[in-house]
Amino acid sequence: MHNINPQNAISIRNLQKTYANGHQALKGIDLDVQENDFFALLGPNGAGKSTIIGIISTLVRATSGSIQVFGQDVATHVYETKLSLGVVPQEINFSQFEKVGDIVMTQAGYYGLRGALARERTEKYLRKLDLWEKRDNRSRMLSGGMKRRLMIARALVHEPRLLILDEPTAGVDIELRRSMWEFLQELNRNGTTIILTTHYLEEAENLCRNIAIINQGQIVENTSMRKLLGKLARQTLVFDTCEELTLTPDFNDPDIECLRIDSHSFEVSMSTSRDINGLFSVLSGQGILIKAMRNKTNRLEELFLSSLKNQ
Amino acid sequence: MLANHKYIAFETILIKEIRRFTRIWLQTLVPPAITIGLYFLIFGNLIGRRIGEMGGYNYIDFIVPGLIMMAVIQNAYANVSSSFFSNKFQRCIEEILVSPVPNYVILLGFVAGGVARGFAVGLIVTIMSLFFTSLHIEHVFLTLFVVLLTSVVFSLAGFINALYANTFDDISIIPTFVLTPLIYLGGVFYSIELLPAFGQWISALNPVLYMVNTFRYGILGTSDVNIFWALFLLMLFSAGLFVTALYLLRRGTGLRQ
Ligand SMILES: Nc1ncnc2c1ncn2[C@@H]1O[C@H](COP(=O)(O)OP(=O)(O)OP(=O)(O)O)[C@@H](O)[C@H]1O
Ligand SMILES: [Mg+2]
Repeated sequence: MHNINPQNAISIRNLQKTYANGHQALKGIDLDVQENDFFALLGPNGAGKSTIIGIISTLVRATSGSIQVFGQDVATHVYETKLSLGVVPQEINFSQFEKVGDIVMTQAGYYGLRGALARERTEKYLRKLDLWEKRDNRSRMLSGGMKRRLMIARALVHEPRLLILDEPTAGVDIELRRSMWEFLQELNRNGTTIILTTHYLEEAENLCRNIAIINQGQIVENTSMRKLLGKLARQTLVFDTCEELTLTPDFNDPDIECLRIDSHSFEVSMSTSRDINGLFSVLSGQGILIKAMRNKTNRLEELFLSSLKNQ
Repeated sequence: MLANHKYIAFETILIKEIRRFTRIWLQTLVPPAITIGLYFLIFGNLIGRRIGEMGGYNYIDFIVPGLIMMAVIQNAYANVSSSFFSNKFQRCIEEILVSPVPNYVILLGFVAGGVARGFAVGLIVTIMSLFFTSLHIEHVFLTLFVVLLTSVVFSLAGFINALYANTFDDISIIPTFVLTPLIYLGGVFYSIELLPAFGQWISALNPVLYMVNTFRYGILGTSDVNIFWALFLLMLFSAGLFVTALYLLRRGTGLRQ
């Protein structure tokens, strides 16, 4: 590829992967992520997210296609591209027998850092990820969330320009997830390009400026977060009533579909461009008292459906 | 990668390897001391007295070099095969694979770890032998050089074994079915002069014979084989195995999907 924008942190062209068992995991991926972007790669189980990351980090060999990191091909500029890349894998991949501090120090050594500088970086990132107190503990004694943070500290010790995280918040509690988000946002503000994969739209929504959706080895959507959310045309709301429903509420509007779920709840599906105040006046008029309301849709699912439809 | 960075990466792997085998010293340093100590006691001391001389020496003096060599071989091999396989198994080998460390530095790092274990165990066993006989080393540098070459050869072999291994069984099969027979038939316990012509010819195909005899020559000053020829063969073996291991690493055999 000759005319790839040098501003891109990563450029993927026609990437294909067929595993040894014959399974075609990637069917020709094209993807550009700009420098300084905070980018989400969203997709269901088995979509091919980890395969893409595996190929970028050379753990998986591409069947065909090319990848450039900051304008340099990963196949020919192995040293430069690896130096600018930090990867947090989906699954734990550090030794269970080593101490937390040693794991990060060792990783620094693989990048040619040692002595005072390696110790300084190790302390800096273990502190940032709240693991400094655990530095002398064996890694297997960490909790699941701590293990994930250890992998983030390890990926940052050589201060890469591009950080790729494969489901960094899987199995992390809400409080910790928020602090991890803040940490990543700060990192991004300071100039690190971040790509993360996730199953949660909420996560992508909170963090990312741009997003690609991948399904069955193909990119089905590649756009800005804002545009994508704008595409989500309909929402479904679930209402719980105070008293037993005698009949299904009638909104007398072709855009609003209403469905009774059981004796004390019903759901309403409507366009997201409309306000929901009107619903309440209609319900009050029909003497229906609402105890609780929630947004039902698995918006992620809806996203996939609408993305697939628009293809 | 800058030369200096490569050196740091090499040193990092070596330190990690040494940290590993010293951390689990009960599995790595004590067993060879016990088994080889028993060999010294039973074959060298008790039975050896009845055997009398072998190759012109007291039997204990004859087998001490062979047994030290046996410990070096087994431990260099075991260190690299089990450490590298366990890195694969726990997936922490990915830490190195995603980093810019070149393949040959990875290989040299693990081999150096095996050599370190070979020397450590060799030293322990040598010290133990002093309880059974007085050891006088005829050619010190040659002796050390042979230990080095032997550890390199078997570290490389262990590395290749671990690359292909998918289960822990796969790294114990080769030692049991290949390494042990080679060692026992490699002139550790007897001089091949005792064998008929055909047996001597077959033995000449066994690389362990050259290692044991060169080492014995370093310590006692006698050997069943030509020393220069033996050293040449050992270097050839090292080079061949090194190139093979590097080729497999480059292809990603057992490491990259
Ligand atoms: N080593 C392998 N051999 C054969 N098939 C594989 C291998 N690794 C992954 N696959 C298959 O490739 C497809 C993509 O897998 P991948 O791990 O990239 O998905 P993913 O998007 O990361 O999914 P998840 O969200 O579950 O992590 C899946 O169908 C998976 O079964
Ligand atoms: Mg995955």
